[in-house]
Amino acid sequence: MQQTQTVQDEVQSSAPAPRLGRAIVLTSGKGGVGKTTTTANLGTALAHRGARVVLVDADVGLRNLDIVLGLESRVKHHLLDVLEERVSLDEALVPGKHSESLFLLAAAQSREKDDVDTAKMKALISSLRERFDYVLIDCPAGIELGFRNAVAGADEAIVICTPEVAAVRDVDRVVGLLGNRFRPQLVINRLRPNLVKKGKMLSVEDVNAILRLPLLGVIADEPEIIVTTNRGEPLALRKETATGAAYHAIAARVAGEDVPAPMPAAPKATILERVGSLFGGRHA
Amino acid sequence: MIDFLKRLFGPSGSSTTAKERLRLVLMTDHLELSPELIEAMKRDLVDVISRHVEVDRDKIEVNFERQDSALAMLANIPILSVGRPNGNPTLVPIETVQSPIVANGSAPRVRKRRKRAAKKTAPTSAAPASAAAQ
Repeated sequence: MQQTQTVQDEVQSSAPAPRLGRAIVLTSGKGGVGKTTTTANLGTALAHRGARVVLVDADVGLRNLDIVLGLESRVKHHLLDVLEERVSLDEALVPGKHSESLFLLAAAQSREKDDVDTAKMKALISSLRERFDYVLIDCPAGIELGFRNAVAGADEAIVICTPEVAAVRDVDRVVGLLGNRFRPQLVINRLRPNLVKKGKMLSVEDVNAILRLPLLGVIADEPEIIVTTNRGEPLALRKETATGAAYHAIAARVAGEDVPAPMPAAPKATILERVGSLFGGRHA
Repeated sequence: MIDFLKRLFGPSGSSTTAKERLRLVLMTDHLELSPELIEAMKRDLVDVISRHVEVDRDKIEVNFERQDSALAMLANIPILSVGRPNGNPTLVPIETVQSPIVANGSAPRVRKRRKRAAKKTAPTSAAPASAAAQ
């Protein structure tokens, strides 16, 4: 069966010169699964390791990454200002609040995704790779031009999936579009171990039995994430929390360290549940 | 009492439902059968069957349905009369052609599919040739 033309076919890969940083696109197809939150936290954790990191918000028209990072009041220029050469890259890069090695290139809020020139976007990511160890690109939802522009300059992909039928289906589609060049790795987001235990949510194994991707890690659905997003302070700043530590473990794995993929712990069985297990299959 | 407790604590199964729906939807996605292709398959099926029996071309239905681990193509082809056209419409019960399409559900990105020869019970009709539609 002739497969849909992959993005890979359209993007000419140029041989990376030594010492170039890694350009990683974070994508999912479906919206609302946590791409932006993951980008902010992974970037924060990588910067904490001492790496020079730039986060590129490629969601033109719906600028969010600045909010999650608490940088919204500091954004003066955006991606399209740079692409259309109104300002220099240095003028547009917003330094992070909590790290000297983290920078944000914000999306334009009052423009559209189609305004982005794919070739220029590719060139920009290339020049960012010369200055940073990691270029994390926060991809918009969808698989249209916005997606294509976001992946154009990347050479790796991290796909974010929640344990839901629609999200897994969309990731499956996106991975098909990406082709092999991006070597996609998986982050499962918003897992609720207690629901999995009760057979009310797809498990990590269920999701990856279908996607079959290298698993970077699993993030629990924690109220803390909402609180930290409200404040504009990514949870990865608090390494002492379980979820903060999970982002640091994912960052370590991205950096190539051989640490186990973080996995949210299932809560201990209550007495009622233990009694229940005597009466047969809870694990459907 | 035991029954009651079993019901109380038993598997709720909505994740199982999710798993099954996901598998089915991905099988269909990976088949990538366009409406045009389904139309063409329908036409070919009818042409073959029409050599032997008169069928009601306007009332043919083709659907895809999950059966066990495979995706099945279900064709509902009303037969107007047995023998070559011209006969009186002695209505024969509606016949169902079932041909399981093996979609590789466990390895989704291997876009491979096969169509086995149709399993048929009708006395006069020939099984449609297995057509690996491109």
